[in-house]
Amino acid sequence: MLFEGNRFSSPFVTVPTGFCSWLCVVHRGTTTSETRPRCDWSFPYCQYTKEEPRCGKPILNNREPRRGKPILNNREPRRGKQEIMKWNGWGYSDSKFLFNKKGQAEFTGKRYRLSGMTLPSLQDWFENTFGASVKHKSPATVILNASVVPPPRLNEAFVENLKATGIPFSNEAEDRVFRAHGHCLHEIFALREGKKFERVPDMVVWPNCHNDVVKIVELACKHNVCLIPYGGGTSVTSALECPPEETRCIVSLDTSQMNRILWLDENNLVAHVEAGIIGQDLERLLNESGYCTGHEPDSMEFSSLGGWVATRASGMKKNVYGNIEDLVIHIKAVTPRGVIEKSCQGPRTSTGPDIHHFILGSEGTLGVVTEVTMKIRPIPEYQKYGSVVFPKFEAGVACLREVAKQRCAPASIRLMDNKQFHFGHALKPQVSSIFTHFVEGLKKFYITKLKGFDPHQLVVATLLFEGDRERVLQHEKQVYDIAATFGGLAAGEDNGQRGYLLTFVIAYLRDLGMDYCVVAESFETSVPWDRVLDLCQNVKERIIRECKERGVQFQPLTSCRVTQTYDSGACIYFYFAFNYRGLADPVHTYEQVEHAAREEILANGGSLSHHHGVGKLRKEWMKDSISNVGVGMLKSVKEYVDPENIFGNRNLL
Amino acid sequence: SVSSSFPFSLLDPMLKRDCFEDILEERRNSSDLKYALRCYAPVLYKGVTPCKANMLKNIVLQSDQLHYVINQVSQESGEAPDIIQEEASVILEEMAHRLQISTVRCFAFALSKAFKTLFQHVCVNEEGIQRLQQAIQEHPVVLLPSHRSYMDFLLMSYILYTYDLALPVIAAGMDFMGMKFVGEMLRMSGAFFIRRSFGGDKLYWAVFSEYVKTMLRNGFAPIEFFLEGTRSRTCKSLTPKLGLLNIVIEPFFKGEVFDVNLVPVSISYERILEESLYARELLGVPKPKESTSGLLKARRILSEDYGSIHVYFGQPVSVRSLAQGKVNRSTYNLFPRHIPRKPMEETQSFVNDTAYRIVRLQEDNMVLKPWVLMASLLLQNLEGLELSVLTEQTVWLRGLALSYAAFLDWPDQAPTAKVVSSSLALHRGLACVSGDRVSLVVGEPLGPVTPEEALFNRAVSVLSCASYRNQVLHVFLRPAMLAVAMLHLSDEVYNCFSFLWDMFSNDFILCPGDTVQDFEEACYLLVKTGAVQMPQQDIVMTDIGQPTLSFFNGLLEPFLQGYQVVCRYLCEEASEGLTEKQYIPAVRSFAVKLILAGNLRCYEVLSSDMQKNALAALLRMDAVRKVKVADQVTLIVNKMAVNSIDDILGKNRMISHINQTPISPSLSLVAVAEDLYRDGLTPSYIR
Repeated sequence: MLFEGNRFSSPFVTVPTGFCSWLCVVHRGTTTSETRPRCDWSFPYCQYTKEEPRCGKPILNNREPRRGKPILNNREPRRGKQEIMKWNGWGYSDSKFLFNKKGQAEFTGKRYRLSGMTLPSLQDWFENTFGASVKHKSPATVILNASVVPPPRLNEAFVENLKATGIPFSNEAEDRVFRAHGHCLHEIFALREGKKFERVPDMVVWPNCHNDVVKIVELACKHNVCLIPYGGGTSVTSALECPPEETRCIVSLDTSQMNRILWLDENNLVAHVEAGIIGQDLERLLNESGYCTGHEPDSMEFSSLGGWVATRASGMKKNVYGNIEDLVIHIKAVTPRGVIEKSCQGPRTSTGPDIHHFILGSEGTLGVVTEVTMKIRPIPEYQKYGSVVFPKFEAGVACLREVAKQRCAPASIRLMDNKQFHFGHALKPQVSSIFTHFVEGLKKFYITKLKGFDPHQLVVATLLFEGDRERVLQHEKQVYDIAATFGGLAAGEDNGQRGYLLTFVIAYLRDLGMDYCVVAESFETSVPWDRVLDLCQNVKERIIRECKERGVQFQPLTSCRVTQTYDSGACIYFYFAFNYRGLADPVHTYEQVEHAAREEILANGGSLSHHHGVGKLRKEWMKDSISNVGVGMLKSVKEYVDPENIFGNRNLL
Repeated sequence: SVSSSFPFSLLDPMLKRDCFEDILEERRNSSDLKYALRCYAPVLYKGVTPCKANMLKNIVLQSDQLHYVINQVSQESGEAPDIIQEEASVILEEMAHRLQISTVRCFAFALSKAFKTLFQHVCVNEEGIQRLQQAIQEHPVVLLPSHRSYMDFLLMSYILYTYDLALPVIAAGMDFMGMKFVGEMLRMSGAFFIRRSFGGDKLYWAVFSEYVKTMLRNGFAPIEFFLEGTRSRTCKSLTPKLGLLNIVIEPFFKGEVFDVNLVPVSISYERILEESLYARELLGVPKPKESTSGLLKARRILSEDYGSIHVYFGQPVSVRSLAQGKVNRSTYNLFPRHIPRKPMEETQSFVNDTAYRIVRLQEDNMVLKPWVLMASLLLQNLEGLELSVLTEQTVWLRGLALSYAAFLDWPDQAPTAKVVSSSLALHRGLACVSGDRVSLVVGEPLGPVTPEEALFNRAVSVLSCASYRNQVLHVFLRPAMLAVAMLHLSDEVYNCFSFLWDMFSNDFILCPGDTVQDFEEACYLLVKTGAVQMPQQDIVMTDIGQPTLSFFNGLLEPFLQGYQVVCRYLCEEASEGLTEKQYIPAVRSFAVKLILAGNLRCYEVLSSDMQKNALAALLRMDAVRKVKVADQVTLIVNKMAVNSIDDILGKNRMISHINQTPISPSLSLVAVAEDLYRDGLTPSYIR
């Protein structure tokens, strides 16, 4: 059955249905809640109530235009989620961690299951881990001071022509600053400090469809304007940073209005979607028809389909659904040379090198992805979390390796190291009943005393199974049996879920850390199996040593998890944080340490990136990573597709 | 700017060496038995639990590394893999240590007794011990002691036991295993045995390297081996061997460990137990096979006074820091880590460089006794010296040595005469005072002797004495080569220096590629002591410099003469088809003939060590080639080339007149050298 495009034309209709992410959303359609009974309580941390209307609301009218400052706009720009999101931190404005007057941590807002709860052990964990104190605050600047934003350099002819097209645009400081950054530590730190910006986009445009993009790109070429595509803004590679040396007018091309599912093909199980759609919206809309993509990167609340394509994103459940390159059937993109697309939707072709692979990972240097045809799957009947405790990280890695060897990995399987396990535990909400308390104590007693696991060594693998009920149970048994041969003990669904909770509140937690002189960041790599242990160990040691040498006064937190498994290797995800009290330039120190950590990763056989991308942050290693000839190939493609460097974000090369 | 390019502490104004503690003092005051039985609980690497010898063997036998080679060997030989596996197991059995604390305690008891009888003091720098203790906990540690005596590794283990440090496992030559009982005792005190040569034996190499790496990776125990490969019979440091160093460094390159710490240890003996034994060996009396009965006979030595031992644990050297910017570890990314592979060129040169660096660090911290200075003077005056002159010159030489940062152990309180006389007393087997003349002792004449026997006896005492002089050579070597270049050789000083540097690089520790740096160092040191001046970058000798330069000249004279004799022999006497085997005895009898005829007064050329080094130099300089004919290796001499080397060595040898004109007025030597150095050109390019 082919759906009409307009059926999905508005993602803002609040439909009481759920999509299959543990992240957000809770109102579940009757069909799914029956088939997935577990979900009712196994999504406890994330009650995503109701999508607020994000546009179509006369936002600008409520705001007084600043005097003496002409605001250029065609009609009301639709600002996407900008209105309900923090301008200088992660996520929704109403959701944040804070230490209340009693010194207890709580998570504000109503969006998530954790919202409104107190987390009694977080403060202790925080203070003990970082040597930090809730007395030492380092609060952020509350509002954006327009004087730190350089005035826009507009290309008058371009603006005139753009006006004629009717495509909305803006040159307001808030809009420009919002799209001038991703979520690298240095970017957020600078926003919090209220530092002066060197270069931000000079204007923002909101194309509504593919044809709008074609017009914009044509105009940009005509008037030699620099375009930087903007999707969800969750980049962590400095990819959205404007090159300071760019003298042309920089236009941020915000794809957020291109957020429709244009059609859905149940015969071939594919959907044709506009690339500006945000992950959670895509899932929710598909869920309404009983489908999902299964692509769930940790950023899926905010990141966009086009962004996934442009960075070669990876989802938590890639074991079942594949990474973005496996999910994509067809890509339509607008480049300065014209529109690039294929002529058919054959599931595989032998027609020379796959041109999709020029687009996948191009990081906005070649053009704008406008429409994508991607695989969809029926929503799985049943979903179950699980966890396994291992006495040591080594045993856990050996188990994951075996699971990968037998190709029986569940939708998600992750191995958290000891530090991350404790971190996860620090996020336990107040235990309400004495009984729960008692049961928790009993579990702990069983594992540490009876089984002899050292609480400072043990690690946890978190699991997520999906499929029909019987298969899931069978699969679960297979995995637990393998785990048992490596000394693993099943440790319940709750522990599993808490692990996934951590990955999604981590960015909110970083903001909390930054309120108390702690800077933090994550980075990732992929590495062959035989080097996993050595890489983890060496990178952590390198970080600790570099921190010491650079005068960091407190022991840093270094933690890692094996977050994805493949036939021949794994993806490793690191958390790194430290208390920066006593340092003159914490961000610089942080960057030096991260740089050293990346060198260590490369020296230990790790890749430059598994899914974050290169951006401008890791450009310097590209030549070593893909050889001179490789760089030359990419350059020649860029040279052909975009000789005037219209897509001038200078990522990658 | 000059000094900044020198890597060693030599020129460091902040140079401060640690103080020593005598560990025998406590032994003399408390029960050895209690000491041997005391609680011993060393801290290991990252708190790992020690690994039982059997478990270790299993890890090795089950490793991917070994399996790969077993399959490879099996395919090549057609033998079934389990037979090869069995072979590997036998090799491992023969090799592996069986460290037992009870044996260590026995040794601790016996050695306490022996050390107290043999030595006055056994001194250790305790700060070094503390650094080592720290290092052991943080990283896998490799102990690299200098090797002058059989005592070395027993002594090392004894010291580590004393300080409650983890006992090392020690790579020992298979020859020890011949000593039935003792071999096993050593095994149980941590020695593991390796064959001296196993060139092409893949399986042996695989078992051996995996065994060492397993211990290192897991940090079960510090690994100890001798970079020099064997005991130095001459007390000069030997050119380092790279095999084991390659093995212990590789886990770092492969990312299997975060870092490896190399700890140079300098063991200095005031009197070496094997003193005259070595001299005889160098003169061609074969080395006695290690045997238990031989050891028992050696009991005789227990009745003698061997002075003190100084053991200096150097600063741990981090392989990671050394390799920074020199080796790109990611070149190891594309090859499975368990498959053995020849190290890449970059790695090889790094390991070579590191080995030299460590040996120089060993040299740097060798403790020198006054006798070493006296021996250097006596060897330049074989006919003897007046005691007062010897004393006076020793004092002068002491000043010189100190200004070159020699690690001299000179009793501060005692008057000079006392120092000299007690040194003479300790070494009465080598030098005697008759009247007020001091001269070398010449053998014990037993009945009538032939001229050859007399010559042999004299050579023994010269070579024994030379082994003391050799201990100071590393301090003076570079300025001495410059002095020789200035005094004897042709007009282009840097070229001459570079020629000598190249010529002598088997005899002394000269790091490959460091010619320019060494030249700068030599200039710096001679200027520092006022022996030369460098106006407008010429090198000019000063009045006060004359004694220094002529002392240096005398210091190297035996080497120059020795090499010349070898050249003469090859040009004048050597027959066509001279085999490598015949070479040493032939040179020796050529030299004996010259000495007996009164045409040569240098006895050191009789040393097989010098003969080998000279040949190696000539081979390196392409003046001699080796050709393998059937089973024999024949030496093909390029007489022209050898002759011209002889010429350079011998040119103006008789000049004793030293004038003050600039030696190389036309060339701004140092400037040139520095420029070249800065441009990163190799010294061979300069030549």
